[in-house]
Amino acid sequence: MPDVAFWQGNEALAHGALAAGCRFFAGYPITPSTEIAEIMAEELPKLNGRFIQMEDEIAGIAATIGGSIAGRKALTATSGPGFSLKQENLGFAYIAEIPIVVVDVMRGGPSTGLPTRTAQQDVMQARWGTHGDHGTICYAPSSVQECYEIAIKAFNAAERYRQPVLILSDEIIGHMREKVVPPTIKPEDLVERKRPTDIPEKFVPYRPDPKDDLPCMASFGDGYTWHITGLTHNDWGFPTNNSDEIEKMMKRLMRKIDRFRDDIVEYETVLTDDADVLVLAYGSVARTSLRAVHEARTRGIKAGFFRPITLWPFPDKELEKLARKVKTIIVPELNCGQMVLEVERAVHGKAKVVAQNLVNGELFKPEDILSVIEEVA
Amino acid sequence: MPSQEVFNWLRTRFFPHIWCPGCGHGIIMHSLLRALVDLKKKKTETVIASGIGCSSRMVGYIDACTVHTTHGRSLAFATGIKLANPELTVVDVMGDGDCTAIGGNHFIHACRRNIDITAIVMNNNIYGMTGGQVSPTTPVGSLATTSPYGAIDPSFDICKLAEGAGASYVARTTIANPKQAEQFIKAGINNKGFSVVEILTHCHTQFGRRNKRRTPIDNVNFFKANSVPLNKAQEMSPEELAEKIVVGEFVKREIPEYTAQYLSIIERVGGLKNGK
Ligand SMILES: Cc1ncc(C[n+]2csc(CCOP(=O)(O)OP(=O)(O)O)c2C)c(N)n1
Ligand code: SF4
Ligand SMILES: [Mg+2]
Repeated sequence: MPDVAFWQGNEALAHGALAAGCRFFAGYPITPSTEIAEIMAEELPKLNGRFIQMEDEIAGIAATIGGSIAGRKALTATSGPGFSLKQENLGFAYIAEIPIVVVDVMRGGPSTGLPTRTAQQDVMQARWGTHGDHGTICYAPSSVQECYEIAIKAFNAAERYRQPVLILSDEIIGHMREKVVPPTIKPEDLVERKRPTDIPEKFVPYRPDPKDDLPCMASFGDGYTWHITGLTHNDWGFPTNNSDEIEKMMKRLMRKIDRFRDDIVEYETVLTDDADVLVLAYGSVARTSLRAVHEARTRGIKAGFFRPITLWPFPDKELEKLARKVKTIIVPELNCGQMVLEVERAVHGKAKVVAQNLVNGELFKPEDILSVIEEVA
Repeated sequence: MPSQEVFNWLRTRFFPHIWCPGCGHGIIMHSLLRALVDLKKKKTETVIASGIGCSSRMVGYIDACTVHTTHGRSLAFATGIKLANPELTVVDVMGDGDCTAIGGNHFIHACRRNIDITAIVMNNNIYGMTGGQVSPTTPVGSLATTSPYGAIDPSFDICKLAEGAGASYVARTTIANPKQAEQFIKAGINNKGFSVVEILTHCHTQFGRRNKRRTPIDNVNFFKANSVPLNKAQEMSPEELAEKIVVGEFVKREIPEYTAQYLSIIERVGGLKNGK
């Protein structure tokens, strides 16, 4: 690992995944995520890892889940159309509780949309894209350095909570070059999945550990037999139609995120102590927003900045506290108004919420956001 | 009754099974288990993947490393498992709809890669689980709930498809010959590469009922009367073979296997010394 690197976001993400212990990648090429696959193809065999280009994104995530079931930390990466194709098997990973990391480097949609231009139109898909209820863990990096760090966090969360974890990058973050100082990773910085300690005869694959309510996970090949299914199942992993067992499984799945919400949620605030106007932004938009906030300050406006690092779970409690103090929250997004709905839900009328939207494939300029700050101040 | 060794591979805790009494899928499960016992496979090193369908429910009842995936996608899951740990024996059981409709793309690519997985296609010519809809292997003219006036689209020849796509072992038999099914499954598992064993079976409930093969025994008799061994078939005209089921081993060839090739890349780039 170099001490300092000059990487694209996608490169940093791939190297971060490798540093996190990722030893399996399966995917299908799609702009603007392809560099991640290319780097994994080159680097994984050198680490006795495994890379495979599958026949489509459905197969890409399926093989990724397979790699994880066989005991490897596993990654797949894609963009809008591929993210849509992955949704069914993403749901499989939620219900079967298989740790994987899925990267979506966002481009404009719907459909083939804008392959080479940026957007933030998949944030609700990340939350609700697969059918059925489930908790979501989703990170949004806003710098190249952060791509590296978030890759490690995402693997740690996936392995700890035994579920898929998403990273929503975007075309600008993915392709932008910046200086990266890869942090030194010690073994204790990495989470390894909890293995069963019971003898094989006593192993109940989905029985939660009373300490943390999470079941441990055996890998195929490490001495246990067990059943994995996408059907609603009991602690034995066997399909059930029993109402009590159904409810028990669903509630525990949801509880994973609820219970550990405070450990998972991450956000950043700048100049919020005395702010009247708050700009809430994530991903590439956070960068221009922060510029605009600083500029507003030089013009005497008490502006502040709030950046959710986890889009899901959304830092709603933390935002709500701030909403009691500020008058207005501006939510600039490269979509027609998605995260703003979550902001409205979180602040619950305590501050005025103003959406600012751009869907022409470009990024906001700081002055665009500054002018809205000035308008509402 | 199954032998004690076969019985040991069953998860009786999950019985009763969901299959209709007399369903052909159970015969295939028994053949598979006899093959695994005979090959002295260890349950903890044997993976059995499946998709979605009556056929795919088989894996729940087998005490091994079993994964019941999504409809049509099991081979993609199995590919990931095999590549991640090539020491595992990987078998994949699928229905005809699972394998050749929604999973058709994964099927041909698994054949093409010649990855060391044994695919058992449980072909009952119908979508059993969802109540008897037409499948890509429903014979022309047959009745199904979504071909109420008779199927008009020609059906796939799964073995030819597998051969064309690059599988290194391809065989077909029927549930009327469970001994042969066991033998072909063993040959498939022993083959270092992608193996396809198509086993014609019946869904008397959904297909037979509508197509004059109402009872399980009607179907067994049908398979017995219409099976033609490969060597005999080679002497028959296409007209004579039209309604027949050609059984036998169609392909046995040595082609480089995918995971072996990948491991040699790892060796070449010095990955082995870097651990798992
Ligand atoms: C994505 C998706 N589409 C459709 C279904 C509904 N479905 C379940 S099983 C099945 C067909 C099963 O037929 P086959 O594979 O031949 O298996 P059989 O039941 O005949 O053994 C279908 C269409 C599904 N589960 N998932
Ligand atoms: S519906 Fe058909 S395939 Fe399904 S269990 Fe019954 S007989 Fe077997
Ligand atoms: Mg069928």
